[in-house]
Amino acid sequence: MYTSTETQAVASRVTAQVAVRRPGARRTARREAVFGYLMIGLAVAFVTVFTLIPILVSLGLSFFSWDVITPPQFIGVKNFTRLFSDGQVLSSFGVTVLLAVGIVVLQISLGLLLAVLVNSRKHAWTKAFFRTTFYLPLLASTAAVSIFMGYLFDAKFGLINYYLGELGLPAVPWLVNPVTAQITMVLIVVWQQVGFTFVLFVASLASVPTDVLEAASIDGAGTWRTLFRIKVPLISPTILFATVVAMINAMQLFDQPFIMTKGGPGTATTTATISMYQTGFQNLQFGYASAIAILLLVIILLITGVQFLAARKLVFYQ
Amino acid sequence: MTTDVVADRRRRPVVKVGSIAGMVVLILAAIVAFGPLLWTLSTSLRSPAGAFSNPPQWIPTDWDFGNYAAVFQQIPIGQFFLNSVIVTVLIVAGQTITCTLSGYAFAMVSFPGKNAIFAVFLATMMVPLQTIIIPVFIIVRMLGLSDSLGALIIPALGSAFGTFLMRQYFMQMPRELGEAGRIDGATHFGVFRHIYARMATPAIATLAILNFSGFWAEFYRPLIFLNAQDHFTLPLGLVGLQGNLGTGSISVVLAGVILAMIPSVLLFVFAQRYFIEGVTAGSFR
Repeated sequence: MYTSTETQAVASRVTAQVAVRRPGARRTARREAVFGYLMIGLAVAFVTVFTLIPILVSLGLSFFSWDVITPPQFIGVKNFTRLFSDGQVLSSFGVTVLLAVGIVVLQISLGLLLAVLVNSRKHAWTKAFFRTTFYLPLLASTAAVSIFMGYLFDAKFGLINYYLGELGLPAVPWLVNPVTAQITMVLIVVWQQVGFTFVLFVASLASVPTDVLEAASIDGAGTWRTLFRIKVPLISPTILFATVVAMINAMQLFDQPFIMTKGGPGTATTTATISMYQTGFQNLQFGYASAIAILLLVIILLITGVQFLAARKLVFYQ
Repeated sequence: MTTDVVADRRRRPVVKVGSIAGMVVLILAAIVAFGPLLWTLSTSLRSPAGAFSNPPQWIPTDWDFGNYAAVFQQIPIGQFFLNSVIVTVLIVAGQTITCTLSGYAFAMVSFPGKNAIFAVFLATMMVPLQTIIIPVFIIVRMLGLSDSLGALIIPALGSAFGTFLMRQYFMQMPRELGEAGRIDGATHFGVFRHIYARMATPAIATLAILNFSGFWAEFYRPLIFLNAQDHFTLPLGLVGLQGNLGTGSISVVLAGVILAMIPSVLLFVFAQRYFIEGVTAGSFR
């Protein structure tokens, strides 16, 4: 005997014949379908108007020249040919990739280290204490973080250089020098975001089956071998996920460099998104800015694709 | 297996040293994570004159709330606060409704084209906000929402990610309950409302917390969509406060930073579980 849902499922696939045999089934399936469309209606409407159509418009605009005041002019691929010979924009993509790689490498390795250390603690309250502490930076907005980190990293009066001085170390020109400014950006983003990867890894490590760990321990595997031969491979899908998410976020870095250095000194921290903001919303070149936005999307998709391809060799699925 | 015993005896002290070293690393990391926040709090309680003197007073002896009063005098922070509350609450409420409805339909209801529509939803999740910001800006202007809180709220009322999150949760629920409800004569919507929506409370809480954290802290869209200071949300207003003032009143700016963090901290204290859930919710388990 069929349950009612099964009947509906069959009815929705095999239409005419079933309808002849069971006149009610077709009506039931149609009623369910109408219900389904009504339920997704609101979400579909909002996602269509404010995400789907904008993607297409953005793609379309990248082939136009538009200063917002006069009507847009079709110029073919000129925005893209200009882009690939525009040193400033290209350098902003270089800065973005450089910062993103630094952020992701530090965020993943530090998050993993802290998660392994916390995971090995015996007391539940110790784990809870560190989990709460490492999550706290995520409660501040990026704007707030940029403000207080700006004071702390101040080259003359900042607390960090003060403590370096107390330790007998020279002051570092944190946000003043191009290279150190880039390092500072990486440190500030990692300071806030490491809690995210940490929480992911702790949850994942907790789900490693204990019988596997016991078996390894009986076979004489030490702490390090258990970690690198068993735990890390078992949580590698989570490491992949964290890497992909961190990379996608880091490629869109905007708030911290925009607030703290306005992309400077020079263009040392001008990321692709800052470059797009300046082109679009300050110089009112909406077509050219759209081309930058599309290139950013393509690069993010490519990097994500490469990560998944590389992962096919490295990630271990149970 | 005598060698094992010997090895074990030799290893045991090493493990202990490793455990202590691990604890030292954890405590150092905790200091680094918490230090800047503590400095922000303690400096916000110091008199503006002493704000930049090193070493700082980590635990201020005389609590000076004058900086907090000064924030209210120097910027309309009450207005910023209200704007942030309006924007965040309406987006959280809106997405709770739209995403619960659509997530349920994608998980439990059969209708033609379901998989294709859902695939399109998944694909849009990959697109960065920056890629769509110019068209959204144009649409917002066409709708007459320029420089208003509506420019932030209305485009954010639906979400592919939220739909995905709710669908994942509904997928785990037993279908038999709904079938039983249908046999008992409940409507499709009745089954959703009285059976499944009630069971989805943890997922709804997770989505709400994720949205709260995201939109309370949001800087990029307010920067682009808002012009008049009256419409600013907190992050934008605080950056403005910092920009307008000289270095003399750091403690006032930091008082503003602390004020803006209070709702997040309160929510974290009462609903920490859902913050943690929110981190893992996006991963494909």
